[in-house]
Amino acid sequence: MIATDIAVIGGGPAGLGAAIEASKLGAKVIIVDENKDIGGQLFKQTHKFFGSYKHYAGVRGFEIGERLLKDVEKEDIKLQLNSTAFELFGNELGVIENSNIEWIKAKKVIFSCGASEKVIHFPGWTLPGIMGAGGAQTLINVHRVLPGKKCLMIGSGNVGLVVSYQLLQAGADVVALVEALPKIGGYGVHASKLRRFGVPILTSHTIKEAYGYDKVESATIVSIDRNWKPIPGTEKTYDVDVICLAVGLKPNIELPLMAGCETTYVSLFGGRVPLHDENMETTAEGFYVAGDTAGVEEADTAIDEGRLSGIAATEALGYVSVDEANNLKTEIRERLEGLRSGTFGEHRMVAKQQLIQKANYLRGKRS
Amino acid sequence: MNKGYEATGVLSVEDLGKAPGFPSEERMKKGPVAVIECVQDIPCNPCVAACPFGAINVETLIGLPELDEEKCIGCGSCIAHCPGLAIFLVDYNHSETHALISFAYEFLPLPKVGDIVDATDRSGRVVTKGKVIRVLEKKDFDHTAVISIAVLKEYVHDVRGIAFLKGGE
Repeated sequence: MIATDIAVIGGGPAGLGAAIEASKLGAKVIIVDENKDIGGQLFKQTHKFFGSYKHYAGVRGFEIGERLLKDVEKEDIKLQLNSTAFELFGNELGVIENSNIEWIKAKKVIFSCGASEKVIHFPGWTLPGIMGAGGAQTLINVHRVLPGKKCLMIGSGNVGLVVSYQLLQAGADVVALVEALPKIGGYGVHASKLRRFGVPILTSHTIKEAYGYDKVESATIVSIDRNWKPIPGTEKTYDVDVICLAVGLKPNIELPLMAGCETTYVSLFGGRVPLHDENMETTAEGFYVAGDTAGVEEADTAIDEGRLSGIAATEALGYVSVDEANNLKTEIRERLEGLRSGTFGEHRMVAKQQLIQKANYLRGKRS
Repeated sequence: MNKGYEATGVLSVEDLGKAPGFPSEERMKKGPVAVIECVQDIPCNPCVAACPFGAINVETLIGLPELDEEKCIGCGSCIAHCPGLAIFLVDYNHSETHALISFAYEFLPLPKVGDIVDATDRSGRVVTKGKVIRVLEKKDFDHTAVISIAVLKEYVHDVRGIAFLKGGE
């Protein structure tokens, strides 16, 4: 049995933000991660991030990861790597490492478990060569393996746009990017980068079928009308050896559910998300969420939500005064407000406020 | 922004005319100047910090970058610092016949000075040939090279990149 103040489940950007802040303020922290290294998906982000120059803007994602790792190293944070958290009895967390089970007893638990890629189904979708865009990004940028030479990308959110560009950088051809909606989902500047190299972006299009025997060899796309019905006669077929699905992410909420956290469905955040208050605490006392688990956004907001949860959990343990904690939290909340502004972000701000209202309402009813 | 850009990812010169980072025709003819092709209110401002002359302003984090045409001397420091690779440099008076277009390039191999390359527009269409005049790599560019190519003046509003150079393997 390992006893600790705070257990952080998932060492991606949110978890690292949480662990660093909590440890800085004096809490004893352990990070549990199923991978061999911490950093989550940051180390495959080779592009420069948006945001404020006062923060991480203009810095490549993996370099932000390196900065966070340095901050972790400065602290006395225990790392429990290659370990899957599989069960929760009260505040005792079961983790499994190389078939050995370890129990962690934590006063506070922060779930920063990330998200999983969604898929869409179409005839042929199980053929080898068809994969999540995030998976393809891991192959090219972490393992340096090109999954194919001719790629069809499905989905024009920032993941679809960014991974398409990185596939080009890795030496693949992106034959087309299709988007079912009439407009591009991600940032125009990301789309423009692809267009300057002649990658067609086909809005109001979807994939109809993928063909091949033991791997994908070609795919047919089709125009769709306003009612999402394929328009016969508009089919186009491409020779491809990889199809990437960039059709959204779903928060990983299995562990928060075990903890008894109430959830609600928010399509903007990718699915069911745990209700949480302005401290990132869920409706289950002592259990916090941060990052994609608390609603899919991006790495900058994940880091700051993590920091917020780490400070709040440490404050609840009495390691830091209310005033000091409030000063730290206010600064982070203002930064989050900045990141959740503008056409692409303001809806997320509203949705976050609704999660907070719902959580506070349920708590108020109980007390 | 208009539906065209949101559906295609390609800005028209008309769209750009309304962007506060797009310099006037008069300013372009005066000498090298930054051309900021940023039209969406995303939370982002590293261009402000990148300019040594204080010529770029972003009101709050989501404002569009505004270019002060008088302050901009066309040094090009901003190009590699834009995470969206949306800043270009145009020197209309590079020569009697040619303008110089500079842009960020994040592919290998890099072109070499003197190479004749296919110059492309915002949709990737090859519109003319260009001659590589400069290939800048600096530590603070963080692996984003800045390429400058000379093209005939008539393409000054069209050319925004080059086609891939093959043979990287």
